[in-house]
Amino acid sequence: MIDQDSKVLLEVRGLRATVNGIEILKGIDLAVSSGEIHAIMGPNGSGKSTFAKVLAGHPAYQVTDGTVFFEGRNLLELAPEARARLGVFLGFQYPIEIPGVANSQFLRLAYNTVQTERGKDELDPLEFDDFVREKMKLLEMNPDFLDRSVNEGFSGGEKKRNEILQMALLEPKIGILDETDSGLDIDALRIVASGVNRLASKDNAIVLITHYQRLLNYITPDYVHVMDAGRIIRTGGKELALELETRGYDWVSAEYKQTATRATA
Amino acid sequence: MSTVLQDLVNQPYPHGFVTNIESDVAPKGLNEDTIRLISAKKNEPEWLLEFRLKAYRQWLGMEEPKWPNVRYPKIDFQAISYYSAPKPKKKLNSLDEVDPELLRTFEKLGVPMNERAALAGVAVDVIFDSVSVATTYKQRLAEVGIIFCSISEAVQQHPGLVQQYLGTVVPVGDNYYAALNSAVFTDGSFCFIPKGVKCPMDLSTYFRINTQESGQFERTLIIAEEGASVSYLEGCTAPKFDTNQLHAAVVELVALDNADIKYSTVQNWYAGDEQGVGGIYNFVTKRGLCKGVNSRISWTQVETGSAITWKYPSCILRGDNSVGEFYSVALTNHRQQADTGTKMIHLGKNTRSTIVSKGISAGHSNNSYRGLVKIAPTAAGARNYSQCDSMLIGDQCGANTFPYIQVNNPGAQVEHEASTSKIGEDQLFYFAQRGIGAEEAVSMIINGFCKDVFQQLPMEFAVEATKLLGLKLEGSVG
Ligand SMILES: Nc1ncnc2c1ncn2[C@@H]1O[C@H](COP(=O)(O)OP(=O)(O)O)[C@@H](O)[C@H]1O
Ligand SMILES: [Mg+2]
Repeated sequence: MIDQDSKVLLEVRGLRATVNGIEILKGIDLAVSSGEIHAIMGPNGSGKSTFAKVLAGHPAYQVTDGTVFFEGRNLLELAPEARARLGVFLGFQYPIEIPGVANSQFLRLAYNTVQTERGKDELDPLEFDDFVREKMKLLEMNPDFLDRSVNEGFSGGEKKRNEILQMALLEPKIGILDETDSGLDIDALRIVASGVNRLASKDNAIVLITHYQRLLNYITPDYVHVMDAGRIIRTGGKELALELETRGYDWVSAEYKQTATRATA
Repeated sequence: MSTVLQDLVNQPYPHGFVTNIESDVAPKGLNEDTIRLISAKKNEPEWLLEFRLKAYRQWLGMEEPKWPNVRYPKIDFQAISYYSAPKPKKKLNSLDEVDPELLRTFEKLGVPMNERAALAGVAVDVIFDSVSVATTYKQRLAEVGIIFCSISEAVQQHPGLVQQYLGTVVPVGDNYYAALNSAVFTDGSFCFIPKGVKCPMDLSTYFRINTQESGQFERTLIIAEEGASVSYLEGCTAPKFDTNQLHAAVVELVALDNADIKYSTVQNWYAGDEQGVGGIYNFVTKRGLCKGVNSRISWTQVETGSAITWKYPSCILRGDNSVGEFYSVALTNHRQQADTGTKMIHLGKNTRSTIVSKGISAGHSNNSYRGLVKIAPTAAGARNYSQCDSMLIGDQCGANTFPYIQVNNPGAQVEHEASTSKIGEDQLFYFAQRGIGAEEAVSMIINGFCKDVFQQLPMEFAVEATKLLGLKLEGSVG
């Protein structure tokens, strides 16, 4: 929901980043205000996941230029855990498996860490168990997942639900969901989408990274951005997603190149 | 390796200090006179002197083993002092009589002995520089006929028992370090559980190496008679020194019919600095004999210290239906080297053994599992299950698995599983993205990895072990 009075949560300017010396992000500008839902679309390899990981502070990526402010704070000088505690959440495209660590234990530690940061009380294992089971019900998740190792042997769809569960527990100010829809069947997609819709409020923001429009049938974005070769090359409303669905991405790149050439000419 | 990981594994040894208790140290060097001196100082019977001399003569003709996957400079056995004892004091009946300096040492180690003993109902037989200075709960144990004392005391009070069992599991010439130990051991623990008695509490010994350059040659002998059972805990830690210290202990366990011995160790000796200078060399021979039918010997170890660890707690399963178990966590960091594992020798019918080994390597360390499962032709129906998992932290360290399997009975079943995993940047990033810092993340992953072994430890020991692994890996994450 766009509201002219709402405050800017995340402001990215001219962001460039490299991995192993290769430049992947080539100058990204993006502003996200509270209450908004943004979709970032674009072909495979265009840098969407890289962008998400750079925002979250993945150590493999070097920021070479640009700024990122979150609620007025310079995000780039904070460690990844500090960013998370401030309320930046990344739902991973490929959630990693952590053998030997029980999901319940992991979820509780994450929850209590963030609670402590917010000056709230921690939950003991019994209290947390009740709390997490409620949240799982909403996502139609089997409570057995609490006893299993984090993501270990989870199907693609189960991993994605586990990501949304974590978002529901941590109540971030900005949730960046990287291809949360891929690998989900239609029922799972509906459940995950309704989970996201329930979490969306006027006080937080959601950035959906996807390359299918089908998720956007369930979650209505305020803005749709097209990313290509490390840049956001077009921004529009939700109708842009439909247009991309029918026409593909090539025309957007072509038009972008034309403007770019004209600008330099 | 990322700087986060590097910081995490580079932290100084927290137990580095030297207790200031006057020692009575023998001149350096080893010859028959040294051995006679030790024996005389300890007022030993003739047969024990002969035992020592026989071992010494065998040792002279032996060579240091070259097969372990460890590297160290040649040890000068003439540069070691083979006897050191705190100044003789009057006999101690309670902890109040113990040197307060010693008690303070335990405080610093976070193991307030008196509290610990009382809280956990543990009898602590303190070995301090080769001589026992305190034995608690002895009376209570004596009521049920259990003997728990230093081996020197046992030699004086129960010479028949010691003579009957000493060297029956680990013969004097078993291997280079066992022979050396047999020649020069100064003290250790003795434990005897008579027929049908279940030991009412865990028995615990804190070993501590104190005097610089005094080789430590502990000797432990535990006997469980028919139907007896005991759980024995051994915990170690040492002060920081610049010169390497040799430690060559021998532990012998004997389980008669239907007896049960559980031996747990948490070892945290000084491992040397980040360059590997000054750590303890830990060359230990630990072996249990399941002599009787249906007997059981279970080794659980958490090895986190020492510059070099060379240690294979083993079981000889002679009695029919006897059971041998080995649960191990070995953690190496910086320049530490560990070559550890077990031997399960199946002789009796339907004997069973379980091996669970978890190796964790960090820094520039090297961690090897070496295990032998041997099924003799007599061991019809024998079964073994082995599981050896390695975890690497960073990319400068190494892990190896050397399983040796010899099956000489066609009816036997032997199963071996192995895995190697790595704590990667992406796992730590996943934790971080949920607000969890690297230290906590590593500790959680490691504890998960070691769960199967920690479950085998007595409760309070498990808590200590968990903390210890954390300490060894956590640190200066900025
Ligand atoms: N760790 C890495 N090492 C080398 N190249 C990488 C790495 N991560 C991403 N890339 C490259 O960066 C580009 C963008 O990848 P990514 O951000 O995953 O794209 P998207 O999510 O849009 O599909 C791709 O060409 C990919 O191969
Ligand atoms: Mg991607």
